[in-house]
Amino acid sequence: MSSNKESWGSRMGLILAMAGNAVGLGNFLRFPVQAVQNGGGAFIIPYLVCFLVMGIPLLWIEWSMGRFGGKYGHHSTPFILNSMDKRRYWKYIGVFGIWTNIAVAAYYCYLESWTLSYMYHSVVGTFSDMDQNAISNFFNDYVSLNNNTSAIPYEPIVFFVICLLLNTWILSRGLAGGVERVAKIGMPLLILFGAFLAYKGFTIVAGENGAINDSSVGLNFLWTPKFDQLWSPSVWLAAAGQIFFTLSVGMGTIQCYASYVRSKDDIALNAMSAGWMNEFVEVVLGGAILIPISIGYLGVDRVTELVQSGGLGLGFRTLPYLFYQWGDVLGAVAGFMWFGLLFFAGITSSLAMGTPWMGFLQDEFNWRRNSAAWSFGLIVFILGMPTVLFFNYGVFDEYDYWAGTVSLVIFALLETILFAWVFGMDKGWREINSGADIKVPSIYRFIIKYVTPLLLIWVFVGSLVTPKGGDWGAALSGNWELDNSSIIRKLMNTGLKDQLAAATDPAQITQLEDTLFFVNASRILLVVVFACIAMLVYIAYKKRMREGKI
Amino acid sequence: MNTSALVIMLTTLILVTALTIYFFMLVLRKPPKPEPDSYLENDDDPDRQPLL
Repeated sequence: MSSNKESWGSRMGLILAMAGNAVGLGNFLRFPVQAVQNGGGAFIIPYLVCFLVMGIPLLWIEWSMGRFGGKYGHHSTPFILNSMDKRRYWKYIGVFGIWTNIAVAAYYCYLESWTLSYMYHSVVGTFSDMDQNAISNFFNDYVSLNNNTSAIPYEPIVFFVICLLLNTWILSRGLAGGVERVAKIGMPLLILFGAFLAYKGFTIVAGENGAINDSSVGLNFLWTPKFDQLWSPSVWLAAAGQIFFTLSVGMGTIQCYASYVRSKDDIALNAMSAGWMNEFVEVVLGGAILIPISIGYLGVDRVTELVQSGGLGLGFRTLPYLFYQWGDVLGAVAGFMWFGLLFFAGITSSLAMGTPWMGFLQDEFNWRRNSAAWSFGLIVFILGMPTVLFFNYGVFDEYDYWAGTVSLVIFALLETILFAWVFGMDKGWREINSGADIKVPSIYRFIIKYVTPLLLIWVFVGSLVTPKGGDWGAALSGNWELDNSSIIRKLMNTGLKDQLAAATDPAQITQLEDTLFFVNASRILLVVVFACIAMLVYIAYKKRMREGKI
Repeated sequence: MNTSALVIMLTTLILVTALTIYFFMLVLRKPPKPEPDSYLENDDDPDRQPLL
């Protein structure tokens, strides 16, 4: 008998928790940068098309799979997948749905701890007397574990541990009493903070408070459509990738949350509501903060340069300085709100990452919720410490790439094939529509069966063999040289080896050699974790056999 | 703002906000299903007890 007696408190709580799972730091830091780099306003066209033909179908697939598995008492993907098809290998494919969460949580909790730390520094006024370089250096010192960022020794480790303890404690309170309660507080606060900052982003006036541009310059930069870029496969690939990561599909968390929903209760409308809530936060709020404020104070050229290094740089190195242009008090309030909204976006996602592992231990080994939560905290601590200690040696990025990017695409592709082709669209369609409070358009039967899997295959292949510079035209005309960002080149460490071959400074060579070592070591660690979870799934399977459950 | 950026931005913001509100309101307006359902908070609601 499973010890898992979890339940959701209310429908609204479930939707907010699901939306919170999807809303993450990427909504505010990744989306605007992707839009700027991929066609400006024109990016929204492939983005929304991919949401309609890949995002929404994947949401319905994952909600349905979760609720279906929940009927049989399964709350994690290994046995949810196995309940849909009896072939043994599905439960090992389902390992992705636990492994991804543990590996992503390991670096994501560290990222989340930065936001907690920056909230603290905003309140105590650490940034108030700093110029832009000093704030940028503060970030570098912080991730390098230099002790001069504050009076707290080893501050990044302290905040990482605080963040983990907080996550673990909330998880130990259960779904209704912990996760759902945080979502009910965190999501409205996130939207409130986001609305305030978006208002500020929309109302910057050149010449006031040191601003060099009106908001309209930043909004033009973000939204001016470059329609010629719509023909580039790279733009479509970027849009599909953004939809993928923003919805948190391919992770196993949606299945886990949905496994606590009964068959007669709706999932179709719930999925739509949570999915569109995520889009609102990403497009409406996320598009109005980072880029307009940065361009208002730094200008187009400087921001064009900064977005090359992604949204993290802008979010942590630049915005704290810009907020103080509004004065000390408003600067501190805006900093607290910005990092507060990032924190709520982060914690509602990291909590979701703990639930599949806990569900697995409770279902298969009768662990109590408390023990399962603390075991998650301990594993994430052990796996996360390398990302803290060796951040500058690429461990963080390595976890993000393999667990937070590649694994999602692979798992989503396999689960879509299982749902649409193995489980079968007839049964799948019945599952989606069972208890539905909306009429699901029948075109989605076709989309889920053909369009979504083909898109996912395209995303995977496009990432596997990305041509140099994203030049698909040259690649398709016969000159297919792989880009260093392609999965194949990444696996071979080509980019790092090229840098090593070109380096002449002994210190740089040592740094690159160490990076190569840590990159390979972190991959081995991730593979070992996957193998351990697969072993636990095997033991659970044998236990089920002995108990006559199979 | 230039016209094309303004049109794209307003269309997108209005569309996304309207659909978010629409689906959210739909959730709020749908009558809950009779017990036993998936949610704990309404378990004791006398109007929602299963028919005997």
